[in-house]
Amino acid sequence: MLELKYVEAINRALREEMERDARVCVLGEDVAAGGVFGATAGLRELFGDERVRNTPISESAIVGLAIGAAVTGLRPVVEVMFMDFITQALDQLVNHGAKLHFLSGGQLRVPMVLRTAAGAVEGAGAQHSQSLESWLVHVPGLKVVAPADPADAYGLLKAAIRDENPVVFIEFKQLYGMRGGVPAGGDVVPIGRALVRREGRDASVVAYGPAVWWALGAAERLEREGIRVEVIDLRSLLPWDVETVVSSAQKTHRVVVAHEGVTRGGFGAEVAAVTQKEAFYELEAPIERVGTAFAPIPCAKGLMERVLPGVEAVAQAVRRVMAAA
Amino acid sequence: MRPELLLGLYRQVCRIRCFEVAVERLIHGGKVRGLVHVSIGHEGAAAGVCAAMAPQDYLLTGHRGHGHVLARGADLYRTVAEILGRAAGLCGGRGGSMHLVAMEKGIIGATGIVGGNLPLALGAAYTARVLGTGGAAVAFFGDGAVGNGAFHESLNLAALWRLPVLFVCENNEVAEFTRREEHTRVARLVDLAGVYGMSAERVAAGADAVAVYEAAKRALELVRGGGGPYFLEVMVRRLRGHYVGDLTARRGGELEEGEIEKWDPVLRTRRRLEEEGIRKDELEVVMSEAEREVEQAVERALTSKEAGAANVEAEVYA
Repeated sequence: MLELKYVEAINRALREEMERDARVCVLGEDVAAGGVFGATAGLRELFGDERVRNTPISESAIVGLAIGAAVTGLRPVVEVMFMDFITQALDQLVNHGAKLHFLSGGQLRVPMVLRTAAGAVEGAGAQHSQSLESWLVHVPGLKVVAPADPADAYGLLKAAIRDENPVVFIEFKQLYGMRGGVPAGGDVVPIGRALVRREGRDASVVAYGPAVWWALGAAERLEREGIRVEVIDLRSLLPWDVETVVSSAQKTHRVVVAHEGVTRGGFGAEVAAVTQKEAFYELEAPIERVGTAFAPIPCAKGLMERVLPGVEAVAQAVRRVMAAA
Repeated sequence: MRPELLLGLYRQVCRIRCFEVAVERLIHGGKVRGLVHVSIGHEGAAAGVCAAMAPQDYLLTGHRGHGHVLARGADLYRTVAEILGRAAGLCGGRGGSMHLVAMEKGIIGATGIVGGNLPLALGAAYTARVLGTGGAAVAFFGDGAVGNGAFHESLNLAALWRLPVLFVCENNEVAEFTRREEHTRVARLVDLAGVYGMSAERVAAGADAVAVYEAAKRALELVRGGGGPYFLEVMVRRLRGHYVGDLTARRGGELEEGEIEKWDPVLRTRRRLEEEGIRKDELEVVMSEAEREVEQAVERALTSKEAGAANVEAEVYA
C-alpha cells in the first residue's frame, strides 16, 4: 500500500496504463508540462512527445480528436482542464463519442477517457467551479465516474482506460491534495459499483465526490446525537449501483442524497426517483436532497459558502428525515 | 491517364447519380423516413477524391454523404438498405442516411452535425501516424462548415501537428438555404488554409471527376509523404435542394442559363472522357450498368427485412 495524494494516484494510474499499453496516449492543454493540477507530471519525459501532447485551447477539436483516435485503435485520455469547459466539447462528446458505437450498428468502439476537474474552490468563480455531471448522465453511451479518494481515483481511472466505451472521469479540485492508501501495482475498481464507507442503521446518505466527506463528517456529528448514519459512496454515476442503494434504503428506511452539483435537476433526483420506486413501502420519510443552491457559484468567500452545501447541510437533511413520520 | 481509370471515375459518377435519383424516388414514394440530403451535383468530387485514396485511408463525411460512401466502396445494396431502415443496412438501420458507416472500407462515418466530423478526422490521422500505417484521413464537408468553430480548431490543430489529413471542401456556395455572401466574407475558402499553414488547391472544374482525381492524387501524395494536412476546395453546384422535399423557393443553388453542361458531373465528366478518347458506346454501357445495379439493389432492399432488435438499450455500450 502506497500513501499518495489524490492527484498523485491519478498520475500513477496514467503512468502504469501507458507502460502497460502503448495505445494509451494523453492529450490536453498544458499536459506535457504536467497539467494545471499536476496530474500528468513527468509523463512527457517517460513517454515522449507523440504520446503526451499539448494542445491548443480547442476543446472541441481535442475531444473529437480523441474520439477519432479511439475508433481507429488508440486509447486516448484527454484532459479538459475544468469541467466548465466541457461546454466547448459537448458536440463531440454527446453527438459523436456517445453515439458512434450504437449508430454504427456496433462497428465502432470508442475507448476514450475524458478527465476533467469539477468543484468549487478558492473563489475561482462561476466558470471554473461547476459540477455538471447531471448533464452527462443523461446521455446514452457515456459512462461517468466520480472518485472520492486516492484509491478510487487510481482504480477507477485504470478501469476507465481499459473500458471499451467513452468514460467521463470527474476529478474534484477539493480532493487533489487529499492523502490516502493506494494499492501498489494494484487493482482496478470496477465501474458501476458503490462502496459503503460507513455502516449505520438509522439513515442512509448516498453521496459521491466531496459530498462523501461531508456525509462522513455529518455521520460523526449525528452519532453524538444517537443517529447511526450509513454512508454510501456511489463512485460511478453512469451506470450507478441501484442495488447497493436500495438495499441500504430497505435497511434504514430513511435516505438523503448529497452532491455538490446544483440540487435542481441534479443527479440526486435520479437516485431519489429510482430509490423511492424500488423501496417505496419501506421508506419512513420523503427522500431529501442536498446540493448547491440554484445560482452561479459566486467568487466572494462568504457568498460562495452560502450557495455550497457541506457537513452541516447533510446533517440537517438527516435530521429532517429522522424527524419525519 | 489509363482508360480503365477514366471509366472507373465515370462509373462512380453514374452509380452515385442513379443512386441519388432512386433515393429521391423512394422518398417521394413514402418509403424513406427522415431527412435525406442527396448529392446530385457533387458526384465528381466524391468519385475523384475517393479514387485517389489508398486502402488504409480513413473517410469521414457529413449529411450529404451517400456519394462518398459509395465511391469509397461501401456495398450499394447495404447502403440503400440503411437509408430504408432495413436489417441488412450498413448499420442495421441504426444510423440512416446521415450516419453511414462501413469500417471494413475505412469509412468511419458521416455526421449530421456540420463540421462535427473534422475533429474525428484528426484523430484518425493521429492514429495512422502513431501506429505507422501510412494512412491518411479524408474529410468531406461543405462551405457551410466554415462558420463552425470545429472547422477552425481542426485546421489549426491539423496544421500544427502536421497530421495526414485531406480536408475536402465541396463548395456549392450555399449553406443549407443561405448563399455564401450571406454567411462569410471569405470569397475563396481555399485562402483559409494558407492562414493556418497548410497547402491548398482550388479545383474550379469540380464537376469533372478527372480534374478532381488529379488534384486529390497530388494532395494525398504530399499528405502521405509527411507534408502535413492539405486543403482541397472543390467548386460544385448543388443541383437539388438542401434536403429532399424542401421548399424550392429557398434553395439558392440555381444555375445560370446554359450552365448545366459545366456543373452537371455526369455531363461534364462524360465530355472529359470523350476528349480523352473514350468511345460514346463505352460510356453508355457504363451508365446503363449503373442504372441496372441500382435498380436491382433497390428492389432487393425494398423486399428485405425491416430493422429489428431484441433489446435496443442493450446495444448502447460496447
